[in-house]
Amino acid sequence: MFEIKGLSVNYGGIEAVRDISFTVEEGTIVTLIGANGAGKSTTLRTIAGLVKPRTGSISFMGENITGKDPSYIVGKGITLVPEGRKIFPDLTVMENLRIGAYLRSDSIEDDLEMVFSLFPRLRERSWQYGGTLSGGEQQMLAVGRALMSRPKLMMMDEPSLGLAPLIVRDIFSIIRRIKEEGVTILLVEQNANMALQVADMAYVMETGRITLSGPGNELIKDEAVKKAYLGK
Amino acid sequence: MVEFFHHNLSYFLSGISVGGQYALIAIGYTMVYGILRLINFAHGDVFMCAGLMMVYLSASLPFVISVPLVLVLTVVLGFIIERVAYRPLRSAPRMSVMISAIGVSYLLQNAALYFTGGLAKVYPEIPFLSSSVTIWGATTRVVTIVTPFLTVILVVLLSLLIKHTKIGMAMRAVSRDFETSQLMGIKINRVISITFMIGSLLAAVASFLYFTNYASVTPSSGAMPGLKAFVAAVFGGIGSIPGAVIGAFIIGICENIIKGGASIFGIPGSGWTTFSDAFTFAFLIVVLVVKPTGLFGEKSVDKV
Ligand SMILES: Nc1ncnc2c1ncn2[C@@H]1O[C@H](COP(=O)(O)OP(=O)(O)OP(=O)(O)O)[C@@H](O)[C@H]1O
Ligand SMILES: [Mg+2]
Repeated sequence: MFEIKGLSVNYGGIEAVRDISFTVEEGTIVTLIGANGAGKSTTLRTIAGLVKPRTGSISFMGENITGKDPSYIVGKGITLVPEGRKIFPDLTVMENLRIGAYLRSDSIEDDLEMVFSLFPRLRERSWQYGGTLSGGEQQMLAVGRALMSRPKLMMMDEPSLGLAPLIVRDIFSIIRRIKEEGVTILLVEQNANMALQVADMAYVMETGRITLSGPGNELIKDEAVKKAYLGK
Repeated sequence: MVEFFHHNLSYFLSGISVGGQYALIAIGYTMVYGILRLINFAHGDVFMCAGLMMVYLSASLPFVISVPLVLVLTVVLGFIIERVAYRPLRSAPRMSVMISAIGVSYLLQNAALYFTGGLAKVYPEIPFLSSSVTIWGATTRVVTIVTPFLTVILVVLLSLLIKHTKIGMAMRAVSRDFETSQLMGIKINRVISITFMIGSLLAAVASFLYFTNYASVTPSSGAMPGLKAFVAAVFGGIGSIPGAVIGAFIIGICENIIKGGASIFGIPGSGWTTFSDAFTFAFLIVVLVVKPTGLFGEKSVDKV
């Protein structure tokens, strides 16, 4: 459903992403793992339309969406849960969720209900300002906000960053549930162990290139991956 | 004694009135700053242009047409300025945008100079607003009484818009974080355009009220009220709408009390009145020394 071909992205003179290609099949979880500065966030930000690629093409459900505006891309059903959550601190929890559905003009009540059943904590705190939530709650809100756009493809940039192990487990079980709802997921993670466990397909990025790929349950046993990313 | 009261009352009334006019202009400064972190130096000149448009349009059109037309044209002017002078510089350093703003300010003043030939243009007497009323023995114009009410109504409407509508929510989001707003599907350029249009609309309303009191428009007519409104916005905490409104009323009232002080205390008039502007700015300096973010200023959240 989603395909990247020969994508390169520059920041000024720096080549952050160099000629990468990969595909994401509908209804799967695909993960992109790699060290700091490998170009994972840049890849997601380019897909979301925040950064324009130098070369290469991005196509989604048969349509070439390379270089389109972020609002067009959101409208097509691709959403990004950004690195660092990026909750709007002076909007309430409810407003943060509503703004996730900014482009929609149909009723969003069912979606609110769905998000609240996924994250009961958010219902209790719906009148609180986003900035007053704990880190874990903010991550839940960021995921809930992204779901409000009714995405077909949800990209998540390090959702486990800075969270306690227990919360990380919660987040990953939510990721599985979102997949069961039929949403395709492209997940960037430092927590390679957890990511490889949930992923149907995984790609390893190193200094802007994809160096390794394979099903999650195979890569997790790969010696090189174990050494470099699983600390074993 | 009665006369003393009347003196004070009329100064107080004109203080509230001019404060309301500053408030309507100040909102334009503070909203644009809130969303772009840009001091729109051209805003006072947009206000002046609204005054001049009224002079020319009312010469050949009835007020029921010229008044709404001035509102529409001023909104269009604000839109065009943003589109032409600021949008192309969206990712440029802030200093470049500021220089562009100063350029637009001079462009508008020079254009006005060209059209007016440098002569002060007599502002039309808008029926109703220009007529006189007497309250508690103080004679004043209707505009003096109408201004504070109209200001409060417009500020309340604006607050409702910002607090309770989708576009208002988008404005709050964009003023906080461009990128994440884009990820929500918000077209930030559209939101920024709307912000400029609202600011210009309020400046046009202010121009009707202000010039009815001052009776003439010159190419530099926007400078002083623009500066005072800007001071009010900084005083209230730039970026904050309630701050700008309260700041504007305080400045308007203080300024007129100083003018009034001359006659109240029997001090030879001209001396004090001359210093009322100097006082306004001295006041700003004191406030900013004590509270650098202004009355309602946000804790310096710099955008990345
Ligand atoms: N806005 C930017 N301007 C210039 N260089 C940038 C910018 N953003 C990222 N880079 C550079 O691009 C490279 C890739 O960065 P990116 O954020 O994509 O890495 P990452 O894989 O997400 O790393 P991390 O795991 O630390 O988040 C880095 O060398 C980074 O310094
Ligand atoms: Mg990253």
